[in-house]
Amino acid sequence: MMRVWKFGDNIDTDAIIPGRFLTIYDEKELAKHAFEGIRDDFSRLAHDWDIIVAGRNFGCGSSREHAPLAIKGVGIRIILAQSFARIFFRNAINVGLLPLVCPDTDKIKDGSLIVVKEREGIVLIDGKEYPVEPVPEFVYRIVEAAGLVEYAKQLKEAPICTKSRL
Amino acid sequence: MGATIVEKIFSSKCSHKIQAGQVVMAPVDAAMIHDITGPLAIQKFYEMKGTQVFDHKKIVMLFDHQVPADSIPAAENHVYMRKFARDQGIHNYDIAEGVCHQVVVEKGHVAPGEIVVGADSHTCMYGAVGAFATGIGSTDMGFVLKFGALYFRVPETIRADVYGTFQNRVGAKDLILSIVADIGADGATYKAIEFFGDTIQQMDMAGRMTCCNMAIEMGAKAGIVPPDATTWKYMKDRRAGIKPFELKSDSNAMFAEQRRYDVSNLQPQVAVPHNVDLGVPVSKVAGTHIDQVFIGSCTNGRFEDFVEAAEVLGDRTFSPSLRVIIIPASREEYLKTLKAGLIEKFVKAGALVEAPCCGPCMGGAFGLLAPGEVSLSTSNRNFRGRQGSTDAKVYLCSPATAAASAITGEITDPREM
Repeated sequence: MMRVWKFGDNIDTDAIIPGRFLTIYDEKELAKHAFEGIRDDFSRLAHDWDIIVAGRNFGCGSSREHAPLAIKGVGIRIILAQSFARIFFRNAINVGLLPLVCPDTDKIKDGSLIVVKEREGIVLIDGKEYPVEPVPEFVYRIVEAAGLVEYAKQLKEAPICTKSRL
Repeated sequence: MGATIVEKIFSSKCSHKIQAGQVVMAPVDAAMIHDITGPLAIQKFYEMKGTQVFDHKKIVMLFDHQVPADSIPAAENHVYMRKFARDQGIHNYDIAEGVCHQVVVEKGHVAPGEIVVGADSHTCMYGAVGAFATGIGSTDMGFVLKFGALYFRVPETIRADVYGTFQNRVGAKDLILSIVADIGADGATYKAIEFFGDTIQQMDMAGRMTCCNMAIEMGAKAGIVPPDATTWKYMKDRRAGIKPFELKSDSNAMFAEQRRYDVSNLQPQVAVPHNVDLGVPVSKVAGTHIDQVFIGSCTNGRFEDFVEAAEVLGDRTFSPSLRVIIIPASREEYLKTLKAGLIEKFVKAGALVEAPCCGPCMGGAFGLLAPGEVSLSTSNRNFRGRQGSTDAKVYLCSPATAAASAITGEITDPREM
C-alpha cells in the first residue's frame, strides 16, 4: 500500500521543477526541489513507492526531463492521471517512471492508501477497484529495462520505418 | 482516402504509406540541443554506448537559456557541451547567435517536408516552414544523437482554417492566444495542428512562427503551415539550391477536427495567470497594474515584432513605474532592428535592451519576479512560478499590447494609443 499525493489539472513542468534548478541533473538533488513553492511538504514527506494522482494534462509545458527525474528521485515509480502531456509522457517512460491513465482520479483523495495492479489494469482504493488504461507492451519493456537507455544499448542500429514497430 | 501533410511527410521519409496512429521509427533530418537539455542528452548518448554521433552536420548546438553563463553550474554545462562539439566535429553556435528556434529556422537547418527534433518543447515552431518538428526530452535526444532516428506515433491533424483580415494592431499572437483558449491546454494532445486558410497565406513568416511556436500550449505534437510562395521565398536565401515542390493535405484527407476562425472582429488577446489557455480580450483586464514588460522570446522576438512595438510607441517614452526588457531572438533579428533605428528608439524610451537569449521567459536566468509582482510578456508561458516567484503573476500578449501597456504602466488596448 502506498500513500496518494493528490494534484489537480494542468500540473506544468515549471510547477514540478522550476527553471532556476535546471543546472542540476542528479535525480536525488532535483528531488529536493520537486514541487517547490507549490507543495513544499512533498519532497520532505513522500516515500519510495508513494503514488502521484492527478487530473488532466499532467506534465504540460517544457520538455525538461528534470521533471520526471525530480519525481523519480523522490522514490515515486507510478503516476496516475486522467491524461498526460505528450512530452512528459515519453520522458517519464524513458527514465523508467510509469504514467498510467485512470479516468477516475477525481474519486481518489490525498492521503488515501492505494494498490496499483498495472498489469491487471486496476487500482484498489479502500477496497474499491478502478480501471486504468492498458499500456502497450513495448512501454513495459522500456520501463522494465529502467528506461530507453538500456533498450538502446541492445540496438546496433535503429530499426527504421519498414522494420518499425517497437 | 487522401493524406494530411503530416502523413505525407512521414510516408515520404519512410518510403511507404503511413497513416495517423501508426508507430514508426523515422529518420530525422536535424536535431537541436541547447544548454539546458543538452548536457543530459549527451550523458544519455554515452550511457547508450554512443561513441560517434549519427551525422555531425545534422546536429545544431547552441546556448541560449543561461547566457552569458549566469552561474558556475551553467558555465560548467557550457564547457561540457563545447567539449562534446569538439570531440564530435559538431558546429557549435555557442552563445553568439540567439534563441535556438529562431537560429535553427533562419540558418536553414530546417526545410519543407523534413522531420526535425529539438530538445525543447517549442521546437514545434519549425512547422512554420512546412516541416514536421517536435520537442523531445533528453533521453529521446540521446537516442537520436546515436541513431539519427526516433520512434513516433504519427499524429492525427486538427486543421485550423483561418480567414478574414486583422484589425489594425491585432495580429498573429492575438490569433494564436484565441485559438489556444478555444482548443484548451490539452485539446490537441498528441495531435498536429495545421494552420490553414487565407489569413495564414497572407501572414508573413514571423507571424507563422508565432502561431506554430505555441502549438505545444494546446498539447500538440507539431504545428504546421503548408509551404507556399512566402515559405519558398524565405527558404531561398537559407538553404542553397532548394527547389519548390508541392506539399499540402489532400482535399479528402482525414482530419481529427476542423475549426474555423474569423479574425475580422478579433480583439487583442491577453492570457491571464496561470494558464496559457486563459485568453481574454484585452478589455477584460485593461487597467491591471504591471511591474515588468518583456518583449522578446522565440514567440515574439523578431524584427516584425519590434516594428509592431515601435509603431505603438511612436515618440513616447515608457512609464517610469515599470521595467521594460527588450530582447531580440537572434543576432540577425538584432541587427535588423538595430539598423532600422529601433534599438535606439527603445533605449531612449527607457527600455533595457539585452543581447539575444531566452531572457526572463523561462525564469532561470535574469529578470525574475518578486512575490506579488506582475509581468506582461510576449513569451509563451504564464505558469505559476515561470518567471520567478510562485507568488508572482504573468500575463501574455502581443508586442503591440506590451508596448501600449509599457507606455501607460497598466494593461492597455493598443488600438487606443
